Amino acid sequence: MEGLTLSEAEQRYYCDLFSYCDTESTKKVASSGRVLELFRAAQLPNDVVMQIMELCGATRLGYFGRSQFYIALKLVAVAQTGLPLRVESLNTVKDLPLPRFVVSKNEQESRHTALYSSDADNPASYSGVIPPPPGRIQVKKGSVSHDAVQQRTSADQQESTSPVVSPQQSPPTSPHTWRKHNRHPSGGNNERPLAGPGPFWAPFSEAQPGSSTTSDPIWSGHSPPPHQENWVSFADTPPTSALLTMHPASVQDQTTVRTVASATTANEIRRQSSSYDDPWKITDEQRQYYVNQFKTIQPDLNGFIPGSAAKEFFTKSKLPILELSHIWELSDFDKDGALTLDEFCAAFHLVVARKNGYDLPEKLPESLMPKLIDLEDSAEAGEQTGEVGYASSPAEAPPSKSPSMPSLNQTWPELNQSSEQWETFSERSSSSQTLTQFDSNIAPADPDTAIVHPVPIRMTPSKIHMQEMELKRTGSDHANPTSPLLVKPPDLPEENKMSSSVKFTAGNTVNGYSSSDSYTSDPEQIGSTVTRQRSHSGTSPDNTAPPPPPPRPHQSHSRSSSLDMNRSFSVTPGQQQAGVVAYPPAVPPRPQPSQGPGPHVHRPVDAEGLIAHTSTSPQQIPEQPNFADFSQFEAFAVSGVNKEEEDEIETHSEVLQVEKPSDSASSLRVAKADGRVEDKAPANVPTNAGKGTTPLAPPPKPIRRRLKSEDELRPEAEEHTQKTGVIAAVLASQPSIPRSVGKDKKAIQASIRRNKETNTVLARLNSELQQQLKDVLEERISLEVQLEQLRPFSHL
Amino acid sequence: MAVCIAVIAKENYPLYIRSIPTENELKFHYTVHTSLDVVDEKISAMGKALVDQRELYLGLLYPTEDYKVYGYVTNSKVKFVMVVDSSNTALRDNEIRSMFRKLHNSYTDIMCNPFYNPGDRIHSRAFDNMVTSMMMQVC
Repeated sequence: MEGLTLSEAEQRYYCDLFSYCDTESTKKVASSGRVLELFRAAQLPNDVVMQIMELCGATRLGYFGRSQFYIALKLVAVAQTGLPLRVESLNTVKDLPLPRFVVSKNEQESRHTALYSSDADNPASYSGVIPPPPGRIQVKKGSVSHDAVQQRTSADQQESTSPVVSPQQSPPTSPHTWRKHNRHPSGGNNERPLAGPGPFWAPFSEAQPGSSTTSDPIWSGHSPPPHQENWVSFADTPPTSALLTMHPASVQDQTTVRTVASATTANEIRRQSSSYDDPWKITDEQRQYYVNQFKTIQPDLNGFIPGSAAKEFFTKSKLPILELSHIWELSDFDKDGALTLDEFCAAFHLVVARKNGYDLPEKLPESLMPKLIDLEDSAEAGEQTGEVGYASSPAEAPPSKSPSMPSLNQTWPELNQSSEQWETFSERSSSSQTLTQFDSNIAPADPDTAIVHPVPIRMTPSKIHMQEMELKRTGSDHANPTSPLLVKPPDLPEENKMSSSVKFTAGNTVNGYSSSDSYTSDPEQIGSTVTRQRSHSGTSPDNTAPPPPPPRPHQSHSRSSSLDMNRSFSVTPGQQQAGVVAYPPAVPPRPQPSQGPGPHVHRPVDAEGLIAHTSTSPQQIPEQPNFADFSQFEAFAVSGVNKEEEDEIETHSEVLQVEKPSDSASSLRVAKADGRVEDKAPANVPTNAGKGTTPLAPPPKPIRRRLKSEDELRPEAEEHTQKTGVIAAVLASQPSIPRSVGKDKKAIQASIRRNKETNTVLARLNSELQQQLKDVLEERISLEVQLEQLRPFSHL
Repeated sequence: MAVCIAVIAKENYPLYIRSIPTENELKFHYTVHTSLDVVDEKISAMGKALVDQRELYLGLLYPTEDYKVYGYVTNSKVKFVMVVDSSNTALRDNEIRSMFRKLHNSYTDIMCNPFYNPGDRIHSRAFDNMVTSMMMQVC
């Protein structure tokens, strides 16, 4: 910076001012807002202020460093004395009075001003907070200031000779007292928004103690009390507290000197602050007057005053357009181009204040802020409705998505993005205060991306899925077998499992997921009947959304097991899942599970006959891999969680796909055996080796019965029935389970298992539906967002 | 982050222009002026019938050795031009977009002010503050 020489008084004063402006206590940068307020308080024309800012280099740097600030202050002083602004004048002008800053906000300020005028040579009123004198030594920035400081400190005597008039004046003292007050911070007052509080002369007084100069005695002689009142008002300003904290040391210095003053001033201040609570407060009579004026323009107190009417009205006040524009900016809180009653009162109050000489604040004072509720109602309504509209639109999209966990997770982030987008819109047109500003880097979020990869809960037999299913199905094997399979396969194209499950259809492999899953997948594949009926059609693309992978050729039920499954599903879906089928595409697989039981229900009847065969089936299991799968599935369903099921399922899938009977069969059996084959335990034992689950003998039998419908699968059906029986049992819903077979106990057990399975299936279905719902909602939101994006622009 | 921000009216005269380093102000003015040609070129290239589909954010207009110029145009042909320092490598496209969005929002707020005549220079303090916040980070 240009070499700026400051007198000691100036130095102190500027220090205090800087502290005052240094709202963030950075000690390096003065808050631009404050600085601008300060400059405005200097009552200089705007272009002069701009010039000053340019000269001091702040515009170049973009902020006010200490040196810039000091230079600016000096230039203010220069300007106030009427001298042309020149950089040279900084140093050439001697005996420059301290810059004066006027804060005209309330009577007290004017009183204060008067006091000052009377006391000091500086007639200017210094309203605003007196920044506690920063330790002179604390000047960190700006070599100039440092130099200045050093010069100052070295030349204490200069204070008295400083061009600043004040040192001897009362103003300096007031800062002291004021500072005292700061020490008793008028707590609540600090937040008072005072427009452009001018810097106090505190610097001087503060400077004194800090420099431990002889000036102290000078000040002590002053009587602070007279100024207390004025200061009190300033004490309320926020900087006070900040300043206080910043310069406790300096304050202490003056403690001794000012104790008396402080005490009185403190009291005064407190008193004052309470009454001075808000310089911008609207008195009742003022409010009434404003309301009356509002009525003349707009009879409805809940209505708006359009911008044009308000413009005419306020133009009558003969304020310059620029100021009116600023007043409007402050008062139109929701930026809707119209004034509500509250906004109008705020605007009117600002106009009144301005006419009385008060400076306009940078931000709307709290007491003038309109009620947010009103704003929200009026301003946001339109926008919200718009947003809502968007939300609704995406609603339809989702069905196709399979509500799987992963999808859900994926959609949520987009949802968040969407909401952010909404925020953006709202803040544009409505109260920014109600909406957080989202500067997120959310590019116009594409709601479509909300398409989440459906988590194949019941996905196909792929190992991964199987494991997933396993986890999911903990304890709900019974239900799973049917439902997942039923539901899944068709729908979501995304569901890879589907394809795999489809493959399974042939083999009735429950590979999909722990037995239950695979089970369902089988049926699905077999014939993901739209109606949930595992019609053998194989994963018929009925399931709305995703075109189900071409059903395995298994639908022909080459293997008994697979056939069984198909049949069972085809049967059951029809009955039970009919309703489910109707469900939006996304769901299709799910219903199947429910349908599963249905078919099972039917199956029982059919299976009865088969049951007889069941006994033989187990033995046949090893022969038919499909059966194995099936049984495995059943076993799962029956037995519940079976880790091995996964393996088996996987194997099943593999088997099915590969058509490797032997392996799968055995594995399947294991799986199936768990749940199902109690009766067949002996027979299934070999198969169940892997499983070792509880014997599901009873269930298999009944299930088998159901499956019985397929003659060809008889031999296989037996096994299938075993497996499917479990599933069927579950799906079929226990009531339909016929206990015709002789073993009541087993029947009961089977029915229990079936019930459990059904429950599981239904639960899964429910969760899937929930997910779908969420997906739909997300889509809706995203669409709304998109719509919002498009809409505003179209208005332009 | 930006070193210069300008709002250009439809008739290609500046409504608001502000830059940080005061000594290079004229240079930035010149840069913004020349960038208008690029803006027009981009607008016309979009196609006549696709006004609605035209994206408001134009992206990088052209880079120079020291800085990059980004453009944004509203549906009413009011252009925002932003000059950012090339050394600011951390600036991502999304951030630029968000800055333009903020600018657009503030501009809309100004428009809502009945005391503002479209076509006048912008003297709003709120707008100034917003621009300052975007520019101050450079230093």
